[in-house]
Amino acid sequence: MANEVIFHSIHLPESWKLENYLKVGGFDALKKVIAEQMPAEEIINQVKISALRGRGGAGFPTGLKWSFMPRQFPGDKYVVCNTDEGEPGTFKDKDIIRYNPHQLIEGMVIAGYTLGAVAGYNYIHGEIFECFERFEAALEEARAANLLGKNILGSGWDFDIHAHHGYGAYVCGEETALLESIEGKKGQPRFKPPFPASFGLYGKPTTINNTETLASIPYIVKHGGQKFLELGKPNNGGTKIFSVSGHVAKPGNYEIGMGTPFKELLAMAGGIKDGRKLKAVIPGGSSVPVVPGEIMMDVTMDYDSISKAGSYLGAGSVIVMDETVCMVKALERLSYFYFEESCGQCTPCREGAGWLYRVIQRIEHGQGRAEDLALLESVAGNIMGRTICALGDAAAMPVQGMLKHYRNEFEYHIKHGKCMVNGG
Amino acid sequence: MVNIEIDGKALSVAEGSTIIDAADAAGIYIPRFCYHKKLSIAANCRMCLVEVVKVPKPMPACVTPVVEGMNVQTRSLKAIAAQKAVMEFMLINHPLDCPICDQGGECQLQDLAVGFGASASRYHEEKRVVLNKDIGPLISTDMTRCIHCTRCVRFGQEVGGIMEMGQVGRGEHSEITPFLGHAIESELSGNMIDLCPVGALTSKPFRYAARSWELRRAPSVSPHDGLGSNIEIQSKNGRVVRVLPRSNDAINECWLSDRERFSYEGLHAADRLQRPMIKQNDVWRECDWQYALDFAAQALPAVKDKRGATEIGALGTPHATVEELYLLQKLTRALGSDNIDFRLRQSDFRTDDALHGAPWLGMPITEVAELGSVLLVGTALRADHPLLALRLRHAAMRGARISLVNPLDDNLLMPLVAKSIVAPAAMVQALEQVRRALAGEPDDAVAHAIANTFNRGGRKAVLLGNLAQHHPHFAELHSVAQQIAELSGARLGFLGEAANSVGGYLAGAIPRAGGMNAGAMLTAAPKAMILLGVEPERDSANAAQSIAALHGADLVVALSAYKSAALLETADVLLPIVPFSETSGSFVSTEGRVQSFAAAVKPLGEARPAWKVLRVLGNLLNVPDCAFESSEQVRAEALGDGIVAEGRLDNRLKTIKAIVPVTAPGLQRIGDVAPYQTDAIVRRATALQKTHAAQIRAWMNGALLAKLSVADGDMLKVSQGEGSATLMAGRDDKLPDDCVRVAAGHPLTANLGGLFDEIKVERAILNV
Amino acid sequence: MLSPAALTEIDREVAKYPPLRKQSAVMSALRIAQIELGWLSPETIEYVANYLEIPAIAAWEVATFYNMYELKPVGKYKLSVCTNLPCTLMGAESAVEYLQRKLGIGFNETTPDGKFSLKMSECMGSCGEGPLLTINNHKMKVRLTPEVIDEILAGLE
Repeated sequence: MANEVIFHSIHLPESWKLENYLKVGGFDALKKVIAEQMPAEEIINQVKISALRGRGGAGFPTGLKWSFMPRQFPGDKYVVCNTDEGEPGTFKDKDIIRYNPHQLIEGMVIAGYTLGAVAGYNYIHGEIFECFERFEAALEEARAANLLGKNILGSGWDFDIHAHHGYGAYVCGEETALLESIEGKKGQPRFKPPFPASFGLYGKPTTINNTETLASIPYIVKHGGQKFLELGKPNNGGTKIFSVSGHVAKPGNYEIGMGTPFKELLAMAGGIKDGRKLKAVIPGGSSVPVVPGEIMMDVTMDYDSISKAGSYLGAGSVIVMDETVCMVKALERLSYFYFEESCGQCTPCREGAGWLYRVIQRIEHGQGRAEDLALLESVAGNIMGRTICALGDAAAMPVQGMLKHYRNEFEYHIKHGKCMVNGG
Repeated sequence: MVNIEIDGKALSVAEGSTIIDAADAAGIYIPRFCYHKKLSIAANCRMCLVEVVKVPKPMPACVTPVVEGMNVQTRSLKAIAAQKAVMEFMLINHPLDCPICDQGGECQLQDLAVGFGASASRYHEEKRVVLNKDIGPLISTDMTRCIHCTRCVRFGQEVGGIMEMGQVGRGEHSEITPFLGHAIESELSGNMIDLCPVGALTSKPFRYAARSWELRRAPSVSPHDGLGSNIEIQSKNGRVVRVLPRSNDAINECWLSDRERFSYEGLHAADRLQRPMIKQNDVWRECDWQYALDFAAQALPAVKDKRGATEIGALGTPHATVEELYLLQKLTRALGSDNIDFRLRQSDFRTDDALHGAPWLGMPITEVAELGSVLLVGTALRADHPLLALRLRHAAMRGARISLVNPLDDNLLMPLVAKSIVAPAAMVQALEQVRRALAGEPDDAVAHAIANTFNRGGRKAVLLGNLAQHHPHFAELHSVAQQIAELSGARLGFLGEAANSVGGYLAGAIPRAGGMNAGAMLTAAPKAMILLGVEPERDSANAAQSIAALHGADLVVALSAYKSAALLETADVLLPIVPFSETSGSFVSTEGRVQSFAAAVKPLGEARPAWKVLRVLGNLLNVPDCAFESSEQVRAEALGDGIVAEGRLDNRLKTIKAIVPVTAPGLQRIGDVAPYQTDAIVRRATALQKTHAAQIRAWMNGALLAKLSVADGDMLKVSQGEGSATLMAGRDDKLPDDCVRVAAGHPLTANLGGLFDEIKVERAILNV
Repeated sequence: MLSPAALTEIDREVAKYPPLRKQSAVMSALRIAQIELGWLSPETIEYVANYLEIPAIAAWEVATFYNMYELKPVGKYKLSVCTNLPCTLMGAESAVEYLQRKLGIGFNETTPDGKFSLKMSECMGSCGEGPLLTINNHKMKVRLTPEVIDEILAGLE
C-alpha cells in the first residue's frame, strides 16, 4: 500500500523529469479530462466520493471546498497551491515538488479546468529554494509539451501556472496570509468571512489547496474516487504522507494508507534511535498538543483516532521524542518559534506569544515562580480563539498540551531550579 | 431587514450591517480601537469581542455580519472576559506614561483601561521600547505607546490617497513608521492625530501646551478654502491652542486639511495689530481708537468732497465674514461710490455683466463623491481644495472618470482618464478642443479622450478651479466650460477659493453700477481706499502692480489684524480688527451653505471685530440705518433669513464670450498660490511653514532648464517688470514647455507681477 | 542601481501576475536585488519600490516582514542554521556549537574577514534531513555532522 498515490515514481532516476512522469502514466488523467470533456460536476463528484480531505492540516473535505467555488462567476478566478511548509515537523510537500512536480502540475491544471480558473499560483516556502527552481523548470517542461499554457492539448482552453516563493514567514502557510503575500504584501491573515472562494487572490474567487491534496487529484480522476477512498478508510480516504522526524532511526516521509497504526509507522521509520524509550509524540506538527508515548502506541494514523487521543493529525507531521527530552526545554523552543513568527496583527497573539515565551524561558532557566503555571494557562487561554487566524491557537495549544501531560516537569523546574530529566 | 437581539434589546437592522453598526445605532457601546467608521475594517485590536449565543468563540463585533435571529451579548461573562483579556495584552507593553502624555484625558486606551483593565499587572517582564521617528513639523511621535491598530496606515491608503505610514517588522517587533527618514507629506496628515486612539501620534504644535481638560471649546467654521469645514477651537487662558474637526458628513466628514488644523498658530503671530496706528509725517505711532476713527471719518469725506465719490474705493478679503463685507459695501455705497470688490486674485472681470447669480460649486458637497464624470479645469486641486480632492478621490475609487485641462500636472493621488496639460495661454484653446469634440467637430486625440469621459451615464460635472478663476481669460474659460456642460449634460461648478467666495457676492461686495472692480482698483487706485483684511502684495492678482496702485492713493484706511509690511508702507491709518476666532460672523460656503459662528476667544489687546469697527465708522460718517447691535442683525439685513435663496446662486452666463486667439509670451509664469500662503492667518502659522509643501521653487521642465543652461537646484533670479525674486530652480518634467511655475502669496515672490504673465529667468548672482 | 540582467529577471517575475498587479513581484524583486547587492539598503528598497511603482513604505514592510531579507550587510556566505525543535532533537545544538567554534563567531555575527555570517533560523520545512542549514538562503545542506560541516566550509571559497 505504500507510495501508491504520490510517490509512485520515486524509485525512478530523475523522477522529476516530465519524460519519466509520462512513463508511469503521468498526465493520463488530464488527457482523459480533455478528451472526454469531463463535466466539472463529475470531477467534483469523484473528489467527494474519494473522501479526500485537505492535507495541509485542517482536513476540510476537498470536494466540498471545490463546490463552494462560484464557477459561473464571469470574472477571473484562481487556483492557488500552498507549498509553504514551515510548521516544525512538516516536510512532505517539499518532497512532492522535489520528486514529483508534474503530478502537482497535473492536479493544478485539472483543478483549474474544474473550477474555471484563469491561472494558478504555487506558493513555495522560500527556504527550499532549490525545489522552487525545480518546480519552475517543471512548469517550463509542461508548457513546452502543451500541457500548460495556451490551448492545452488542443482543447482551446488556456491555463497557466506560476511559482511564487515565500521568503521566511511561517504565517504565510495560513491561506489568506498566503494570498496577501502573493499580492506582494506582508503575510498578515485576513478575517474570514469573506472566504477565498468569494474574495480571494486580488479579491477574486479563489480555491486554495495543499500540495499533497492537489497532487492526489490525478489519481482520483484516473482511477475514480472510490478506489482512492479504499486506500484509506471511510471519511479518511486515500493514502497520506506522514513526515517522521525527531528521535527515530530513519526519519523521512512515509506514504501509507490512512488508518495505519502508529506502531507500524514507527517501525517503518526504524523505531526509536539508539534503543531508547519513546516518551512523547507531537502527531501533527508543532502546533498540536503533545501525546504521551503510551497513548500514541494505541492510535491509528487518521483524523478521527488522533482526535480521540486529544490531538490533531494536522499535516501528518510526526515529531518523535525519546526519554531524554526535557519538555520544558522543548516547549521553550516551540514558544520562541511562535513568538518569532507572530505576524503582529492581532493584539492577543502579538503581545501574548512573547509573554508565553518569556515565562517559559524563565522557568527553563531556573527563575520560575510558583504562580507561573497558572499564569501560562491563563495567558494561553486568553489567546486561544481570539485572533484572526490560527497562529494564536497554535501558540497556545502546545502550552496547554505540555502542561496537561507533563506538569510535573514544569513544577520540578520551578521548585528546584533545574531539570527533572537531565538534571541540568 | 434582519431581526437580532443585542443585550436583550430586540433590533431590526439592515442586512449586511455588522454587530458594531447595529449596536452603535441602538446606543449600545462596544469598546474598540482599530474600528473607525470611515476606514476599512482591520479587526486587529480584538477589543470589540462579544459573545454571540451558540457560537463557541467570542466574535469581533466590528466585522461580524448580523444574521437573522442572532443573539449578541456584549456584557456577558464571556464577552467581558474576552475584552478584559485583550485589554491586559494591550497594556503589557504600553508605557503607562499618562501623566506626561498629550493624549491624557482624551485617550481611548486610558478610558477603556478604567473600564476593562486590572489594577495591577501580571506582566513582570521588560516592556517594549520603540524609538521615535521624526515625521515632520506637524506630528509628534511616541511610538512606544502605539497599539498597532493601523488606523494611520489605513488612512493613508484609503483617505489620503498615498500610503505613507506602514507597519514594518513582525510580531512583537513590528512598528508603525513612514519609510526610513521620510516625513509625512500628505496635506491631510493631521487627521492621523485624531485617528490615533492613543498618544503615539500627537500634534507637534500642541505638544505640552495644555491638558485636554483645561481647554475651553467653541464650535466655529474654518476661514480658509470655500468648503466651510466645521471646526472646534480649543483655547487656554484666552489663547487658541488647538483646532479639531467637528464631524459633519455633509461638509468635512470627520476630516480637516492640515491648513485648517494648524493655521491657528497664525492667530497669535508676533505682528498682530493690537492698537490703532496712524502715520504722521511718515512716522507710525500708536493712538487711541477715537483718534484713529475720527481721522478716517474726516479724511474720507474730504476726498469725496474734493475729488468726487468715485475717487473712493474699498477692497475686502474673501476670507472676511458676510457681515464685514456687507458693512464695507454699505459704507462705501453710502459715501456714494460703487467701487467695491473682494475678488482680489481675479484678473478678468469681463463676465460681470453676464452673471445670473453668484458662482458656486453647482451642487451640494456630498454629491462630489457621487460624480461619475468630472472635468477639472485650472486647479492646484490638492493644495487649494484638499477635502474636495478627497471627495473626488472617493469618486474615482468608485469608478468616476476624471479628466483635467490644466497647466499643472501634480499627482492628484487619483487615477485620471485623460489630461491636457498646456501653458496658461493655451488653456482656452485646449478647452475649446474639448467642446469641439463634444460637438462632433474635428478635434485632437486628447480632447477626444476627455470628451469621451462624458459618454456614460451618471452624474457629470465641469469644475473650474482657482487657476481658471484667476486666469486672464477667465471669461473665455467660463464660456467654453458652460458650453461643454450644456453639450455633455454636466453641471458647471466653481471651486470656491476662499471661505466667503460665495458670501462676498451675496453681501453685495461687488460693483453693481459701473464701479471699479478689484482689478481696476489695484491697477489705478481711487484717491481714497479702504482695505479690509487685505495684504495687497500677497493676496492680489498682481503683487507689484497693487502696491504701486496703493502708493498712488492719497489716503489708505486699512482695517487689519496684522501689521503687515506692505500696509505699513502704503496705509495712513491702521485699525486693529480681529481674526475670525475673536468675532462672531458668517461664511457662505462654496455649496451656498450659510454658517454662522460665535467668537471663540476674546479680542486681543484693543483689536475689535471688524463689523463693530465698520458700524462705528458708519455712524461717524452718518451712514443711514447703521445702528446694528449684533452681527446677527447685520446678517439678517445682508442675507434675509439666513438661508441662501436658490435664485441667488447661478453659474450660467447670459452671453457667451467669443474666443480670440491668444499670443503666448516668451516664458509664461504659472502663478498658483502656495498652499500655506493663501491668507493672512495661514501664512503666519509657523509649523506649516516648515513643511515640505511650503517650500517654493521656480519649477520648469528639463527642456527649459537645458534651454536656459541652468540645473535643478541652481539659484535663479526670476523677474516680472521691475520686481524680481531669487528662487531655487526645480525640475518638474510634467510642466508644459516654456512655463515657469512660481507660486504667489509667498514673501519671496511678493514683488512679482501677474500670476500668468511673462516672466524672465536668469542665473542669480549671489553675494557670497 | 541594479544590472540590466537583474532588471530583466524582475521583469520576468512581473509578467507572472496580471497587469496592474506589479506589487506581486516585490518579493522576487527584493530577492533579486539582494542577490546582486548582498543586502537591502533603504536606497535599494526604495529603488525596487519605484521600479514596481509602489510606495516605498510598502516595499519596506515586505523587506522587514520576511526574515530571509538582510537589512544590514552580511558576510559573503550567510549560513542559516535551523534550530527548531525537530532539528534540535536531531542534533542541531552540537552542529551549531561546532560551527561557532570553527568560525569563531556567534549568531548574528560575521567573521572578521567578512566571509561568514551565522544566523539562527526557523523551520525550513525539511525536518527529515536535520540538522540542516542554508548557504545564502538558496542552497541547503543537510544531515550536518562535524565532517559534513568541514566539507561545506572547505567548499566555500
